[in-house]
Amino acid sequence: MTWFSIIVSGIVTYFSRMAMVALIDREMLGTKVKEVLNYVPAAVFPAIIFPGVFYNDFGSFVEITDPKIYGAIVALIVGFYSRSVIATIVSGLLSYWFIIFILLE
Amino acid sequence: MLSKSKIFFKGTVAVLPHMLSVIPFGIITGAIGVELGFDPILVYATSLIIFGGASQIIFMQLLSGGASSLVAVTSVGVINSRHLLYGAVLSEYLEKLSFIKKLFISYFIVDQGFAESNKYIKQNKNLSNPHYYILGTGVTLWLCWQLSTISGIILGSFIPEELGLKFAIPLTFLAIIVNDLRKLDYVFVMLVSGFASLILFDAPFKSYIILSPIVALIAAFIMLRLKK
Repeated sequence: MTWFSIIVSGIVTYFSRMAMVALIDREMLGTKVKEVLNYVPAAVFPAIIFPGVFYNDFGSFVEITDPKIYGAIVALIVGFYSRSVIATIVSGLLSYWFIIFILLE
Repeated sequence: MLSKSKIFFKGTVAVLPHMLSVIPFGIITGAIGVELGFDPILVYATSLIIFGGASQIIFMQLLSGGASSLVAVTSVGVINSRHLLYGAVLSEYLEKLSFIKKLFISYFIVDQGFAESNKYIKQNKNLSNPHYYILGTGVTLWLCWQLSTISGIILGSFIPEELGLKFAIPLTFLAIIVNDLRKLDYVFVMLVSGFASLILFDAPFKSYIILSPIVALIAAFIMLRLKK
């Protein structure tokens, strides 16, 4: 079943890459649609980020003291000013580990 | 007049700085796949068959969390629908190619390769073989992605669970969009999506992952209309 899902996902993804290049006339995608497509990353990724920070592994809302919240805030600030992908991820993880392994020990 | 291999090589060089993010992202993708309990072969298969970092992580996260295949596949489709936009822009440069070549080159259309190709080709309007540049960026990114996910799969089996590496998932996606926080319209769309996902989190089949972006895109559409 997983193999099947991977293959179908692969076909869907390949289609998203190929459709405009090989099948569809460029003009068919109106300017309105193009404008909205610009927002796809902004519309998709917060739906992964928010639950990843504010829900725990058991699907319940975390407390305001949860280390993940502070790790995410550090990552947000570092990322905003550094504009670096690595700095964002590393600062978030390090501050998270600092809280769970040192502060909470 | 630049030779084909030189144009290809220029594309390769253009994406080299992106390796700083692509390689760690690939390693995280591989390592998380293993941590979520997937067979290493399956984790690697997502890199070869789907070949889209963010969507691969979500795909594995959803399936391991008990989402249905339909939800997992649809989410991959929603996340990767941005390629339609890249294709629409790149098709202008690929018009003269044969159908088979178009099918081949399409597999290599990725975020960073698109960004660099579009920038370069716009600046060099009378480039004779722009598709070699696109291919140079795409093949280089593809190769690094395959190698880094394999490294992540190998490393992942040594990473202890106490580290909570899963927290790297939201952080990785935060890193992708953090630059867009400078634009208010993007921040608005992000907040709509984020709050929608918290409210819809308990919707059946993990469908929040599809519903929240749809809500946010509708909000974006309304925002664009009101702006005019």
